[in-house]
Amino acid sequence: MIEQFPVLIVVTPLILSFVVNVAGLWNRRLCFYIVVVALASCVVFSLGILKTVLTQGEPIRYSLGNWQPPWGIEYVIDHLNALILVSVAVVALLVAVYAKRSLEQEIHESKIPQVYTLFLLQVTGLLGITATGDLFNLYVLLEIASFSAYAVIAMGERGADFAAFRYVIFGTIGACAYLLGTGYLYILTGSLNMIDVAHLLPQSFYSKALLVGLAFFMVGVGIKMGIFPLHVWLPDAYTLAPSAVSALLAPLFTKVGAYVIIRIMFTVFDPAFSIDLYPVTDIVGWLAAIGILFACIMALAQSDLKRMLCYLIVAEMGYILIGLASANRLGLTGAILHIVNDMFMMACLFTVAGAIFYQTGTRDIYQFRYLHRTMPITLAVFVVGALSVIGVPPLCGFFSKWYLLLGAIEAKQWALVVVLLISSLIYAVLFFRVIERAYLEPREDHSHASQKGHPAPTLDKVPLSMLAPMVFIAAGIILLGIFSGKIIAHIIEFAIPAAL
Amino acid sequence: METIHTATPLLALLASLIGAFLILFTGGKRPNLREFWTILAAVTKFALICSMLPPILQGKIIEYTVIEIYKGITFQLRVDTFGMIFALLASCLWVVVSVYSIGYMRTLKEHAQTRYFFCFALALFGATGVALAGNVLTLYMFYEILTVATFPLVVHKETPEAIKAGRKYLAYLLTGASFILFAMGLTYYLTGTLDFAPGGFVAGHGSKELLSLLFVVFIIGFGSKAAIMPLHEWLPSAMIAPAPVSALLHAVAVVKAGVFCCLRVILYIFGPEVLSDLGLGITLAFVVSFTVIFANIIALTQDNLKRRLAFSTINNLSIIILGAALLSSQGIKGAMLHIPFHGFMKITLFMCAGAIYVKTRLENISAMGGIGRQMPITMAAFTIGAAGLIGIPPVCGFISKWYLCLGTLEAHEIIFLMVLLASALLDAAYFFPVIYGAFFKHSKGIKSTFDEAPALVVAPIVVTAIGTLLFGLFPDAFIHFFQLAALSAQNILGG
Amino acid sequence: MIDTLFTHYNYWVFAVLLMIGLYSMMAKNNLMKKLIGMNIFQWAIILYFISIGAKRGAQIPIVVGAHGQGENLAIHAAEYINPLPHVLMLTAIVVGVATTGISLALLIAIYKRYNTIEEDKIIEALKK
Repeated sequence: MIEQFPVLIVVTPLILSFVVNVAGLWNRRLCFYIVVVALASCVVFSLGILKTVLTQGEPIRYSLGNWQPPWGIEYVIDHLNALILVSVAVVALLVAVYAKRSLEQEIHESKIPQVYTLFLLQVTGLLGITATGDLFNLYVLLEIASFSAYAVIAMGERGADFAAFRYVIFGTIGACAYLLGTGYLYILTGSLNMIDVAHLLPQSFYSKALLVGLAFFMVGVGIKMGIFPLHVWLPDAYTLAPSAVSALLAPLFTKVGAYVIIRIMFTVFDPAFSIDLYPVTDIVGWLAAIGILFACIMALAQSDLKRMLCYLIVAEMGYILIGLASANRLGLTGAILHIVNDMFMMACLFTVAGAIFYQTGTRDIYQFRYLHRTMPITLAVFVVGALSVIGVPPLCGFFSKWYLLLGAIEAKQWALVVVLLISSLIYAVLFFRVIERAYLEPREDHSHASQKGHPAPTLDKVPLSMLAPMVFIAAGIILLGIFSGKIIAHIIEFAIPAAL
Repeated sequence: METIHTATPLLALLASLIGAFLILFTGGKRPNLREFWTILAAVTKFALICSMLPPILQGKIIEYTVIEIYKGITFQLRVDTFGMIFALLASCLWVVVSVYSIGYMRTLKEHAQTRYFFCFALALFGATGVALAGNVLTLYMFYEILTVATFPLVVHKETPEAIKAGRKYLAYLLTGASFILFAMGLTYYLTGTLDFAPGGFVAGHGSKELLSLLFVVFIIGFGSKAAIMPLHEWLPSAMIAPAPVSALLHAVAVVKAGVFCCLRVILYIFGPEVLSDLGLGITLAFVVSFTVIFANIIALTQDNLKRRLAFSTINNLSIIILGAALLSSQGIKGAMLHIPFHGFMKITLFMCAGAIYVKTRLENISAMGGIGRQMPITMAAFTIGAAGLIGIPPVCGFISKWYLCLGTLEAHEIIFLMVLLASALLDAAYFFPVIYGAFFKHSKGIKSTFDEAPALVVAPIVVTAIGTLLFGLFPDAFIHFFQLAALSAQNILGG
Repeated sequence: MIDTLFTHYNYWVFAVLLMIGLYSMMAKNNLMKKLIGMNIFQWAIILYFISIGAKRGAQIPIVVGAHGQGENLAIHAAEYINPLPHVLMLTAIVVGVATTGISLALLIAIYKRYNTIEEDKIIEALKK
């Protein structure tokens, strides 16, 4: 049974999404439970896969339908995929539990089954992208994930449909660019299987077509990832989407895109090409630096909490690119660790934004007075997420930042070091803005003991099904931080190509 | 040097962490239980740290690795003689200030007391962690925790002024933290390790320019918390916090953490040999001398008592760094002694300022004429503390300043002796008016009859004032500060 | 250069179509035109892929009467045009159809809400 896990992890949510849609016609209440079952089984599968990879030491190579590669499609799961599969599955499950009440408040009752269908399709796409070892299969799954994203974003608030349309246009350019990249690789090597292409590619290293292919790949995945300057669709799309949907998309979609870039740059295109032959990593470094600074400045200008977090995603993507640009083991360790960490950190922050919206109906930072009285637990979770993004140890954000810093120092990329440090400070400003407003109530007379006119301290009115996942994610952030060493030593060490 | 592996350091840290959460969950509904947790945590912590004292005095080191992150990077607690000094100081004074806080907050019926005690406990968690850290990474972690935990305490009053002060606080300290992060990364890259070693460990791992740059970045980073000019501006602004906060945190825990870290950099990362090789010891000494004199001059102009004390603190912190920068055995001993002795003296002074505020709501010295008649015990303690800071025996300040002066002579730098003496003169210049006015002047609103602050507020003041006298007469009393300092200097220079 | 233009004309056609599509997506104000541009963009890529599988004088990749012969059948792969791009592009066409479907659905929803499908008018309506 466990050998079938690689395909089950993709097929289960796919089939169950269809079941959800049909079941929705009959009984709407069932949909949520089917979703939870689907995602819980995905978590189990992903953990099983991780265990297999760790004990086996070698990547799992699963041929779909028993058609042998390179003609058949195969799923290749090595340490990198396995880690990301687990993160995606866990975050998706937590967000799904969170999503129930949030979606019920924001979306009309009759559309709930459709949203859950799209939810599961989205997760199918993401898990598939992570698991597959075939370039074209990745395109198909990328499009599956994207379509579900387009459709489900359009269900949001005023302006969401237009934002979704823009996202369709942009996203299609991205996916088509990826397809072109695959096409170029196919022309040069005659194969679509990643490992096979990696073997055949070195013969064509000096051809211009290959360079064009790589450029198309980078642009295509860059649009999906939200790298500056291809991120333009991101703020509108993720801000206007329903809260639970943003909480699903924001942490996962862009990070899976980052995984794809790592796969392409280092598995398909040998490190010798990506790093030594052409200055790909230099360009990536510059994009990263400018992108981070740009995103930080834009984030400072936002008063909508979710929009601010969207720009934060762009900045965090820049961090991962810094890791790639350093082009050494330490930098890549930081980048991979940051993918996992950022999934949890963004999930934490977006679920908090959604919870605040659920209880107070606003996302405007300037309206956050007295929030610590009415939503103490939510704010505590927010503080954990914020401190992690700023980079306070022992939370996970510090460790990925540490490795990125070490990688940049070793590569002597001082501009990247400076950008890393400055952005941490800007993050501190960003988050303490919110924390200050939420926790402190400026008043003239400090010893005014009676609190007339201020809401009485209560526990959050957010339901438990929303609070519990948030607390779990926050706990995850703390645990990821404490155990980063183990994760790095046992998993990430093997995920980085040995050539580095 | 023999190394013992026990979990006692971790337990000492956990005492305040668990205490903090107990305080948080007890909340404002049962204030007596909440205050009980504070006292219990403080006493437990102090007891645990004292229990580690005997092996340390015998020259052993206690080590405890919490978790290994990567090769060469661990979260490790290592208790050595220098760390003990700071740990003892922080934990001992926490007990005292907790009692004082209870009296202060209750008398003034302050708001948000749960948040206050919670953050206080977390801040002590951070400060003790800084003291017991075995490498730069652990130090950095607790340093950040300390900054974050003290922010709510600085903005406690929640007035616009307080919030501005809080922002300034964060701006200075977090920027400093960025510098430290960079320096830490560079150190690991150059040497492959981050563990502290008496006498330094960076020798030979980089070019002169690179090591000098590293040193400068470290000092800028930690110097912001140690209030070296021009990175000092946050400290006077932070005086907006309630007096117990100023007392413990800004005279003892936060700024002493900064100075402690600076000394760790000078003595345990770089070491006297490397620094004198690079010529950076004297450079640093000159830089901080500027702070020493200038801070005292500014103190003369301050009418707000707490602000005057803040500048006096800035002056003393730079004196400590000066002592270490001299890189001589007596200087190091003096610097390490001045950390706890100044802590005791300054906390007495700040608590006095708080007592005066509790009783009369006065903050400005010019309005405090004759307060000595109303509050003789408070002012007597103030006089003792001030005398110690000036350097008058038998208060303990005399002993640390004596060794500092000896240190300047040992390093053959008379100019710094002049600096120290000038600073002492200036100390006298701004402390005497306070004392004189308190006993011999008259201001409106001050009673001539005995009307002291409540007992819970005055008792801790008396305890610390007696402490300063005790240490002045028997520097090695109870907690063996003197021996610890001497052992540290020995290890650094000899070992 | 000129002979490349004539022998590799499929690349040029593909590039021109791609740019037309891209221009349309970016510069046109009407959302429907953007959608059509997106379609052109996608079909350009599809045409490109199919064109690279073509060979001069080769047969279509269907073996007549091969059913039931199993492994005994040997063929000359060089005589048949490459079927793989065709297969890939079938998938891509389906993806394109799905994209068009979603976009059209979105367009209908946008038209219902804002009564226009001109981009600048929609942005203005949103600002209010």
